[in-house]
Amino acid sequence: MEPTSNAFKENAHRALADANLQKALGMMRRGFPNKRATALARLPEFDALREQAKAIKDHVLENLDLYLEIFEQNVIAQGGQVHWCRTPQEARETVLAICSRLDAKTVTKGKSMIAEEMALNDYLEQHGVTPVETDLGEYIIQIRKEHPSHIIAPAIHLVKEQIAESFRQTHKGLDPARPLEEASALVAEARTVLRQKFLSADVGITGANFCVAETGSTVIVTNEGNGDLTQTVTKAHIVMASLEKLVPTLEDLSTLLRLLARSATGQEFSTYTTLSTGPRRADDTDGPGEYHVVFLDNGRSAMLGTEFQDMLRCIRCGACMNHCPVYGTVGGHAYGWVYPGPIGAVLTPTLLGVDKAGHLPNASTFCGRCESVCPMKIPLPRMMRHWREHEFERKLSPAPYRYGLKAWAFLATRPPLYRFTAAVASRVLGWIGAPHGRFRSLPLAGGWTQGRDLPAPEGRSFMSLWAERRKAGP
Amino acid sequence: MSEARAQILGAIRRSLKRGPLDAPQRAEIAARLAAHDRNLVPARAASLDHAGQVDLFQRMAEEVETTLTRVASAAEVPAAVADYLSQKNLPARLVMTPDPQLDDIPWGTRPMLEIRRGRAEVTDQVGITGCFAGIAETGTLMLISGPESPTRNNFLPDTHIIVLRGEQVAASYEEGWSRLRAARRAADGNVDLPRTVNFITGPSRTADIEQRLELGAHGPRRLHIVLVDDGPAS
Repeated sequence: MEPTSNAFKENAHRALADANLQKALGMMRRGFPNKRATALARLPEFDALREQAKAIKDHVLENLDLYLEIFEQNVIAQGGQVHWCRTPQEARETVLAICSRLDAKTVTKGKSMIAEEMALNDYLEQHGVTPVETDLGEYIIQIRKEHPSHIIAPAIHLVKEQIAESFRQTHKGLDPARPLEEASALVAEARTVLRQKFLSADVGITGANFCVAETGSTVIVTNEGNGDLTQTVTKAHIVMASLEKLVPTLEDLSTLLRLLARSATGQEFSTYTTLSTGPRRADDTDGPGEYHVVFLDNGRSAMLGTEFQDMLRCIRCGACMNHCPVYGTVGGHAYGWVYPGPIGAVLTPTLLGVDKAGHLPNASTFCGRCESVCPMKIPLPRMMRHWREHEFERKLSPAPYRYGLKAWAFLATRPPLYRFTAAVASRVLGWIGAPHGRFRSLPLAGGWTQGRDLPAPEGRSFMSLWAERRKAGP
Repeated sequence: MSEARAQILGAIRRSLKRGPLDAPQRAEIAARLAAHDRNLVPARAASLDHAGQVDLFQRMAEEVETTLTRVASAAEVPAAVADYLSQKNLPARLVMTPDPQLDDIPWGTRPMLEIRRGRAEVTDQVGITGCFAGIAETGTLMLISGPESPTRNNFLPDTHIIVLRGEQVAASYEEGWSRLRAARRAADGNVDLPRTVNFITGPSRTADIEQRLELGAHGPRRLHIVLVDDGPAS
């Protein structure tokens, strides 16, 4: 997917004017946060579990090389293979090589953000392999030729009328007069269409929510069961994973699973949690004949040891975007790449470069909700601030912004001068603004006043009142 | 690709500003893996006695649209299954896994039930399976794959009926893992995990369309448990 993160402002404007999107986002803002709050209220140990989960992942990251080696040993011991890929291109080639060797015409896919990150579908299609997304949301956006707008609810930007229209255009063999007004009819139709795809597919590709080092197992979490059909009825199961998915033991996995569904959808537990270990056993009557785990680095090893290491604790629950006022207003597509919301504001500049995504860390009110709801306690606002600093240091932010900031810094580091200038400015503005009480536009700040008015300063400054009280005090 | 492997592992070590871990550090991690220490296990189920855990299992399962019938013995299972099917207007034709767990159930007492034992096919409407455990904490079923329990039987039929014994109900996922390790430990001490472990909590669902919950996205639309409450612990 070609990133459009640099066009965040234009994307956001378009999103604000999109009536269907605004209706869909309204449903999202009411839905996820309430469900999460209810689930948390039922588990008094939630915060203690968060602390433990954070410690587990921190421990893994500090010893990541060894955990990857142990995981690999155990996958091989179970008859599977591990493939190491530095770049998206290496990973695409690896997947295609497996498909070609098995003479695969069709692959079914469970949801995988890593596959999105490496634009796997386009690549397979260019090389004669047809990928079929099987998660309902992913399937909908695939037939609409769109990209996911949310990491756990990829089609959350759509209303059902849009989906019905796409189904009528795509499922041509069916009665054109069939009723598709209800969500249930849409689900039933997708089920029928996709059931055939599962059975005719040669290879199944899934993501991995976790990789368990002690057993060499990969774990997926779904509600639909699509990831299970994908890996059960095909010749080979290919798992796409990034390096940081490792957890040491099944016990550690259990702790993380208690946080994941509650943070994501507000469920106590997702409908299907599936542990896959190696290919089918010799006496099994189903299961994949081959099992491959494809690890993609794509810049993650370089995040270790930096101020962005904490980001690698992320378990992709989506709570940060569900609670983000910016995401809730513009939706996921405005972020212009795979990861939207606060995750995207940190990860996109890390993986693509701050020159390609500098707007994203600026698209934040720093309200801090993302960090407060994150089950892994990732300091997202702090990391966005790091990116703003990098952007400033590399002179990537616009000139008026940089000079303005420099002028402010000059004053702010000289308190008497700052107070004097502020007092003069507030008096002048107060005097000019007195008749209306506010300013509708200001020279040099037209962008700022486009969306709001500046109240005219009234009375004295906080600092002067403070000084007076301290003098008068005990 | 071994070059990529060496480069990735090297990059990780460079970023962490160290070389490969030394022998004592590796031993420490090996010990951590072997210990299987449990982290915090919520009190919700762990604080109850076994009968309480079975009740909690039922409550949590019913919360997520699983239906459940309790019977006192294996002899009552065929009637419970037949009643469920007729009540839901479902065909009395079933595919049943060749699981020995289901062998002591006197299916012949309900000759109307037409049972085929084996792997589920796409035409099968109703399937019956056993399971490995029930997890009380969230009303979750734990199923494992094997020649007697193909994974597709858990997903292809529209209606999935599971026979669960009271003694199979465990408090937590951790308890489930302990039981699985015990059941799969070979003479040499190694644990041989099955290819697939399925944790199933309710029938298949999706909320991908306008966040409205719809059942039966890809897996079963109906999940029904027949709980045989004859365990010695209960």
